[in-house]
Amino acid sequence: MEITKEAICGTLESNDLLVKVAPRNELEVVISSEVMRQFGVRIREVVEETLLQMGVTRGQVVIEDKGALDCAIRARVQAAVLRGCECDELNWGVL
Amino acid sequence: MNDNQRTVALEDPCLEGIERFRDYATHTPYLKGPEKLTRKLVGSLEEAVRRSGLRDGQTISFHHAFREGDKTINFVVDALARMGFKNLTLASSSLAACHAPLIDHIKAGVISRIYTSGMRGQLAKAISNGLMEHPINVHSHGGRVHLIDSGELTLDVAFLGVPACDAFGNANGQRGKARCGSLGYAMVDAQFARTVILLTEEIVPFPNNPASISQDQVDWIVQVEEVGDPSKISVGAARVTKNPRELLIARLAAQVIEHSGYFKQGFSIQTGSGGSSTATTRFLEKRMRQKEIKAAFALGGITGDIVDLFNKGLIERVADTQSFDAVAAESLAANPNHIEISTNEYANPSSKAAFCDQLDVVILSALEVDLNFNVNVLTGSDGVMMGASGGHSDVAAAANLSIVVGPLIRGRIPTVVKRVTTLVTPGACVGVLVTDHGIAVNPNRPDVEERLRAANLPVMTIQELYERAVSITGEPQPIEFLDRIVGIVRYRDGSVIDVVRQVKP
Repeated sequence: MEITKEAICGTLESNDLLVKVAPRNELEVVISSEVMRQFGVRIREVVEETLLQMGVTRGQVVIEDKGALDCAIRARVQAAVLRGCECDELNWGVL
Repeated sequence: MNDNQRTVALEDPCLEGIERFRDYATHTPYLKGPEKLTRKLVGSLEEAVRRSGLRDGQTISFHHAFREGDKTINFVVDALARMGFKNLTLASSSLAACHAPLIDHIKAGVISRIYTSGMRGQLAKAISNGLMEHPINVHSHGGRVHLIDSGELTLDVAFLGVPACDAFGNANGQRGKARCGSLGYAMVDAQFARTVILLTEEIVPFPNNPASISQDQVDWIVQVEEVGDPSKISVGAARVTKNPRELLIARLAAQVIEHSGYFKQGFSIQTGSGGSSTATTRFLEKRMRQKEIKAAFALGGITGDIVDLFNKGLIERVADTQSFDAVAAESLAANPNHIEISTNEYANPSSKAAFCDQLDVVILSALEVDLNFNVNVLTGSDGVMMGASGGHSDVAAAANLSIVVGPLIRGRIPTVVKRVTTLVTPGACVGVLVTDHGIAVNPNRPDVEERLRAANLPVMTIQELYERAVSITGEPQPIEFLDRIVGIVRYRDGSVIDVVRQVKP
């Protein structure tokens, strides 16, 4: 999938995260988190895994995490990418 | 008999070396005229400091009854900095987020050592990141008095903010704009400090009673605009919760008390700071009425919820070392059975007797509890200091049953961990852990476990709680620390129970 416009998903509430995506020629993932020291590595894993599953190879993804669980991170990243790709159809089977 | 005859009589050898009388005010010239009534009142803090004889390198002390509303510590240390003092030891019964301005005074060398029960906010962050050359000493409320008793901590000049006092220095926290209630922390400083300076918002007619701080303890009195804002006492740790998860935990904690074996006529209880802990009281009334049980006393930091049960006759006496809200402060002023006690009377292990030793059940909070029931109330899971030792280790050791309450997960951070980041209260002193996902009972309390299981409460092992937590959050990576020690955790008997190291940048 190709990120073609800026899009946003999520909130800055505790246990949630805000995901911003924007078009770029390269893939760039920027993560800041309240639990960076304890879970920074795991958050990056989940984000990159989700992008891979959606076939995103280019674009900027900025994450501001407030201690979200893996399931919430996955859902927010998926929704932000869908919005940024202006795509209404998604192959749920691969996610 | 005339004076001449007396002089002859005073030649007797048995009087050798004893000074002869000269005039009735030879040694107390300040008691001679009417100025004796106002002799302690000084026009400015600076003048009081000069008269106290404070020198570089000495120890200044404070109380923290106003918690986040304190205005005395910043005011006094600002003044001492302007006067050019250096290398002071700051011994406050505790520090809060409002004391962030101390950072500049530490950088400038005005403050070089700190003794406190805890720290929050920017100051805590800065010290955790290595702001101070000497590590701070973190003590419990009882342990602070023990450090004074043992001679390690000498309070040279105490600066005690009070809402009102008379011109001789009789002070309490029960009247005035800054009515904070109990002066339990300050009573210790007034008793032990070499010089006591009161900062007061009001001078009231003599004699001011009750005298929580007494005229015979007070050296100098300075009238100031503000010593503290009591509306900010119940901000932070002493807050009142509406959070449904905290209320769920509170209700479960009340059920644990009910079936613990200690819920009997004449039992005693303390609820520590923290949302779930203070809220437990609200779930006790129905249970006390159903079983027709009254408590003999409630202890500790006193909340409006405790006072409510007291007013309804369900608690006979309240022993108050810190009033957590205006309701508690008002009750202390109005009810003879609401008693003010110092932290020496409350929890000092070397006191001639401490209230906590009479306690049946205590509800305590925790940032982390590990598989051995050890408790951390000081450092966050990122290794940065953000809490306070408070009365935790004192009361956990003394009470017949200590119940630790907390959510199983905060944000993404598990509360139940393999090993606590910082050890404050040893697991041997913790009986039951109550979380929103279930209850764990220390294996050293099979009697309690049996009763809770019989009552069909959701009892699990602490290992099960731990596994449940990390199955949701994932396994956190260990925090990396530098070798440098930034905090020394003193157990209530003065021994070192753990250290806090500087977090790796």
